Amino acid sequence: MQPDLTEKILELIRRTSSSLPADVEERLKASIEKEEPGSAARGALETIMKNIQLSRQNSTPICQDTGTPIFYAYYPEGWSTRKLKEQIRAALAEATKRSYMRPNAVDAIYDKNSGNNLGGDDFPYIHFEEVDAGQPLMIELMLKGGGCENVGAQYSLPNNQLGAGRDLAGVRKVVLDAVQKAQGQGCAPGILGVAIGGDRGSSYVKSKEILFDKVGERNADPELAMLEERLTQEANQMGIGPMGFGGKTTVIDTKITGLSRLPASYFVSVSYMCWAYRRRKMTVKGDEVVYD
Amino acid sequence: MREITLPISDETIREIKVGEPVLLTGIMVTGRDTAHKWLAETFIKKTRAPMDDDLQVYEELKKLLNGSVIYHCGPVVSGIETKEYKFVAAGPTTSIREEPYQADVMKHFNLKGVIGKGGMGPKTLKGCEETPGVYFHAIGGAASFIAQSVTKVLGVYKLDFGVPEAFWVIEVKDFPAVVTMDAHGGSQHAVVDESSKKVLDELLAKPY
Repeated sequence: MQPDLTEKILELIRRTSSSLPADVEERLKASIEKEEPGSAARGALETIMKNIQLSRQNSTPICQDTGTPIFYAYYPEGWSTRKLKEQIRAALAEATKRSYMRPNAVDAIYDKNSGNNLGGDDFPYIHFEEVDAGQPLMIELMLKGGGCENVGAQYSLPNNQLGAGRDLAGVRKVVLDAVQKAQGQGCAPGILGVAIGGDRGSSYVKSKEILFDKVGERNADPELAMLEERLTQEANQMGIGPMGFGGKTTVIDTKITGLSRLPASYFVSVSYMCWAYRRRKMTVKGDEVVYD
Repeated sequence: MREITLPISDETIREIKVGEPVLLTGIMVTGRDTAHKWLAETFIKKTRAPMDDDLQVYEELKKLLNGSVIYHCGPVVSGIETKEYKFVAAGPTTSIREEPYQADVMKHFNLKGVIGKGGMGPKTLKGCEETPGVYFHAIGGAASFIAQSVTKVLGVYKLDFGVPEAFWVIEVKDFPAVVTMDAHGGSQHAVVDESSKKVLDELLAKPY
C-alpha cells in the first residue's frame, strides 16, 4: 500500500522555500571577502546573508517570488504517479495557505491568479522517473523565480554577430553574452545551467535539470569541466557584481551538460539561477523520511 | 546613511546622488506589472474606459502616491482570509518591465521615486530628471529581511489583480535601499552595462 506523503511533501516545500542549501550559502559567504569594504556589492552580500538566517529561523520565504515549483519524482516500480501527483498538488496548495509559497499560478490567457499555486496540468511542473522496485522514493524540488527565468537565453549556432560557431569555443561566447545581457536583473550572483544540443524544448529543460547538482560539482569530461571553471572566472571579469551594483562576484558556478541534437540544429540554452538557489530533496525509506 | 521620510521634497530628491545608501520611513504603495499597465491605460493614455471601482481607487492612489514612492513588489501576505494582513516576504521584483510606463506614471502622480531591483532604462532616467525623482535599489531576494521593515499593512486596492499584483498600502520604517539612478542623469546601471560590454568584447576577441 502506497503511503500518503502529502504532509511530508509539505515539509519539503517549507524547507526549500525557507532554508537555502549549505553548499550555496557557503559559496555566497566566501564571496563577501572578495568585495571592497563599504561597497554596495559587499553590502548586498551582507544583507543576503542576514536574509538567509532570518528566513531559516522564521520559516518564511527567502524570496517573495517563490518561483515555478519544479518537482522531479523518482518512484519505485509499482507506485502510482497519479496519486503522487495529487499529493504534490495538495501539499503545494497547503504550503500556499501557510505562506511558505506565494500564489504564483496566473492564467496567461485570462490573467487570473488561481490563488493556490495550482494552474493547469503544467503548474506545478512535475517530472516522473521510474526506478527499481527496491529503490527508495526520492522527490527533488527546485523553486526558480521569475526574475532569473526572464534572463535565461537560448542561442541557435552559428551566431554571426558574436562570431560563435558550432563548437565549445562558440558555446563560450554565447554564454558570456547571456551573462552580460542579464546584468543584475537575474539577482546576481547567479549560477549558470548550460545545455548544449537537443531541440528548443528539451534543451531548456536540461539546462534547468542540471541545476539540481551541487555547487562545485564538475562535468566528468575534463574539457567541459575546464570550460565550466573558465566561464565562471570570465563572467566575473565583467565586473557586473551582486545585484549589478558593480563588483567581483557575478557568477558563483557554471554547469554544462550535453544532449543529442539534429544535424541541422545546435542550440545552447542558458538557465540563469538567482543567488536564492532553492533546491531540496526528500528520500522515503519505509516509514522513514530523510531530508537533505 | 541618509534617512528619508516619505513624502519627500523636491529639494531632498535633488540632493540625493547615485551610490548613496538610504533608509526610508513612511507610507508607500506597491505596484508592479498589472498595476502599471492599468494606470497607464485607464488614466494616462486613456485607451481603456474606467469601470467598477477604478475611479475611486484612482482618487485614493493620487493622494497616496503624491510625493511618495511606488514599490515594485509582489509580496507574500498572510491573513488573506481574515483580512488581518501581514507582509511575510517582500523583496523587490525586476523593474525593467515597467520601463514603458514608469516615466509617465511618475509625472502623472508626482512620484518622487521608485523602489525595485535591476535598474531601469533611459526613458525612466529622463523621467527622474523631469519629475524629479530617483530610483532606489533594494536587495533582490532579501524578502524576509525587507519584510521586517514593513511595520503595518494599511490597506489594499485591486486585490482581484491577485496578491502579487495588487496595490498594497504599507507603512515602513528604515526600509534599506541604495540609490542607483538620480535626478541628475546619473545611472549606475548604464555605467556597469557599458563597462561590462567592453570587457565582453575583449573576451570574445580572445582565442579559445
